[in-house]
Amino acid sequence: MALPQGAHTHIDIWQHLDKEGSTTVKFLSARRRNPLVALFLLVAALGMTGVGYSVISNAKPAEAAMGSQTQVEDGKKLYLEGCSSCHGLDAQGTMNGPTLLGVGAASVHFQVATGRMPLAAPGAQAVAKDPIYDVEQIAAMSAYIASLAPGPAIPTAEDLSYEGADQAKGGELFRINCAQCHQAAGQGGALTQGKYAPSLMEATPQEIYEAMVTGPQSMPVFSNETLPIEQKQEITAYIMGLQEAPSPGGLSLGRLGPVVEGLFMWVAVFAALIAAAVWIGIKAR
Amino acid sequence: MTTTVNTNALGDAETTPKDDPLEIAGGATAKYVDQRLGSNRFLGRNLGKVFPDHWSFMLGEIALYSFIVVLLTGTFLTLFYKPSMVEVMYDGAYVPLKGVMMSEAYASTLDISFEVRGGLLIRQMHHWAALIFVAAIAVHMFRVFFTGAFRKPREFNWIVGVTLTALALGAGFTGYSLPDDLLSGTGLQIIRGILQSIPLVGTWAAFLVFGGEFPGTDIISRLYAAHILLIPGIILALITVHLMMVWTQKHTQFPGPGRTNDNVVGYPLLPVYMAKAGGFFFVVFGIIALIGGLVTVNPIWIFGPYTPDQVSAGTQPDWYIGWLDGALRLMPNIETVLFGFTISWNVLVPSVIIPGILFTGLALYPFLEAWATGDKREHNLLDRPRNAPVRTGIGVMAIVFYGILWIGGGNDIVATTFNMSINSISWALRVLLIVGPPIAFIITKRICLGLQRKDRDKLLHGYESGRVLRLPHGEFIEVHQPLNYKELAVIQGKEDIAVLPAPEKADADGVKNKLYPIHNLQHKLSSFFLRDNVDKPSKAEIEAGQAHAAHTAELEAPLHDYEDLDQDPVGHGGVLHHPGMAMTNQEQIDQRH
Repeated sequence: MALPQGAHTHIDIWQHLDKEGSTTVKFLSARRRNPLVALFLLVAALGMTGVGYSVISNAKPAEAAMGSQTQVEDGKKLYLEGCSSCHGLDAQGTMNGPTLLGVGAASVHFQVATGRMPLAAPGAQAVAKDPIYDVEQIAAMSAYIASLAPGPAIPTAEDLSYEGADQAKGGELFRINCAQCHQAAGQGGALTQGKYAPSLMEATPQEIYEAMVTGPQSMPVFSNETLPIEQKQEITAYIMGLQEAPSPGGLSLGRLGPVVEGLFMWVAVFAALIAAAVWIGIKAR
Repeated sequence: MTTTVNTNALGDAETTPKDDPLEIAGGATAKYVDQRLGSNRFLGRNLGKVFPDHWSFMLGEIALYSFIVVLLTGTFLTLFYKPSMVEVMYDGAYVPLKGVMMSEAYASTLDISFEVRGGLLIRQMHHWAALIFVAAIAVHMFRVFFTGAFRKPREFNWIVGVTLTALALGAGFTGYSLPDDLLSGTGLQIIRGILQSIPLVGTWAAFLVFGGEFPGTDIISRLYAAHILLIPGIILALITVHLMMVWTQKHTQFPGPGRTNDNVVGYPLLPVYMAKAGGFFFVVFGIIALIGGLVTVNPIWIFGPYTPDQVSAGTQPDWYIGWLDGALRLMPNIETVLFGFTISWNVLVPSVIIPGILFTGLALYPFLEAWATGDKREHNLLDRPRNAPVRTGIGVMAIVFYGILWIGGGNDIVATTFNMSINSISWALRVLLIVGPPIAFIITKRICLGLQRKDRDKLLHGYESGRVLRLPHGEFIEVHQPLNYKELAVIQGKEDIAVLPAPEKADADGVKNKLYPIHNLQHKLSSFFLRDNVDKPSKAEIEAGQAHAAHTAELEAPLHDYEDLDQDPVGHGGVLHHPGMAMTNQEQIDQRH
């Protein structure tokens, strides 16, 4: 096997070190077949995985979000009635739906409160509609799923407060992280095979936050490690600004860009111009 | 004028000036100017120039007037726009961008939109007028194409028109790029990709245009020079040439009463067309001002400043470039590596080869058609589109091809608007792009031939009045009526051209015809163009047909006599009949004469 040039040099260095008699290398190579090493490595690997997982999963088993025992019980009932046929009796997932272990209360709230779950019909992706459950029921279901395994919690009012957040910075973050799917004006855009990034014009700060931390459907997860809470608030401030922004140029045409402008020009404006030409042409007869 | 003649006849010359002070002032001015410029002869000759009348002849005027609006509003914008890519921190009125780093070009466009008085109105008028300008050129070109106005002697003016179209696209695209917002910057990046796809010289061409790596610091000022000086300068010069050629060659006219290939029937420039054209200018200006004030176009503040690492979903160019974007989106991903060089057919074909073929074909079409049909005559009378079915079919085919590409350019918007899969849309459009145009050609040609048959029928039998008449002896006929003189003239204006005869391989002396393959191709093309045309009936047939129609129409007339009578009709052989009246309509007619 022909190794690349760099690999040879690398091996040479190690050989060279061996000849010199590096004490560390000698110490390790002498003891590496010790029967205790396997046990030690196993314990170390398990420990690393555990620590790593708790860091990565952003586990916040916050007691407040867990909810009371009765809430969990209610949630379980609702879950068994409305969700278990696809997600499994123990939320372990089935052929028809993913596992909900570890998705967190935030995910349950986002999916159910926007009406995406329960799914109306199988399709490219879940469609937002009027929610089927009321606020208390959604809270109970969130508490139940959160009690099964840790996951992103429902954001607190403090997390969601975007007062005083810098809209302009939020705009830059939005254009870097969000605009390629949700469109620069937040009007949404097409993804592959019938999937789409929805319009953000109706989204509430809580939904925006929850979508970012849970990554529903095709959306990637923007955890608080990759996108700190302050930046999430700036993005929220920008989106809220877009929602409330007046249209200084007049009729906005849905802020969908030049395709709609072209269509408007042909259908409305050019039709009027041709009508004027016909009118002037007829008058002369 | 008339008053002048009368007073002169009375020998009372002094009352004239008092009668019409405007006329003396006008006369004095004309005299003053004429003594210095000698302009009276020129004006006298040209102000009375006659132009034919038809609404479709005003489509080119829309292009001219919207171009004037573009020039006026564009001049205003240059007073405030800064064509510079120097990075500045925005500190203007628009809060959601405050503190953001951006190019001076983008910042100054924001200032025009939010801080210059009337700036947004003028910017929107400029953009809408530009969209209308290109649309008007396209529709004007349709009119010229479908009526055969490009035929001899006007082929050169057609080429000038095609050049103007290409320049209009260039003017539009350079202007679209100037604000240096996220949308237009993405467009520029695509342009760079297109340049790079050209084999051999691509990379160098891209470096040359952008002055180095993308986006560099030069491109905005270069586009600015092209947008405000070079392209509009050439457009103005070519518009002048375009109009001068119309002036000297005279305008074409549709067939009609008294209109021949050698005359122009219409109204004089002064006062009729001065008033009409002037009025139409204000209509166009007014409509542009209205939508400029009421409807947003290109809200650059929403898109944000351009940086190469950002792109927005739903990024599209303006409508007239949309078809190229669509071609790029629909093209399958094909690349070949030749001698270590990659040839990106996926970019080269849709954005260089297809537009190249389309524009070349467009420019050469008058010559191709003249060669194919062997028609070398001068044409000052227009064709009705139905009377040239193959040409009309080709035109509709091109429009369908273009339309499918344009839909492709907005495939993402179509997908989200109608809840469809973008993949299915793209595949459907790929198939339609190949299948759709030929189907459109066939359908159009058939419709044209059907209309030709209808015309022939009208000449031979008059037009169907839609009234069914039962004759007293029980026969049902539909009453046909003769055409009025105007329609008769329009339909009779159709010219029949014979198919070029098939060439002989060798002449009578056995000398081989070296050009046989070419002549044979020409024969086949001419047959393709002309063989299905429905021949116009002869003059005698037409006269007989119209006379017959007049006769059946007359048959109907006596029926009305019954309605005026106050008598009760009686049954008579199954036919309602008034006592004492004729048995058949023919008898009635005879009684009357």
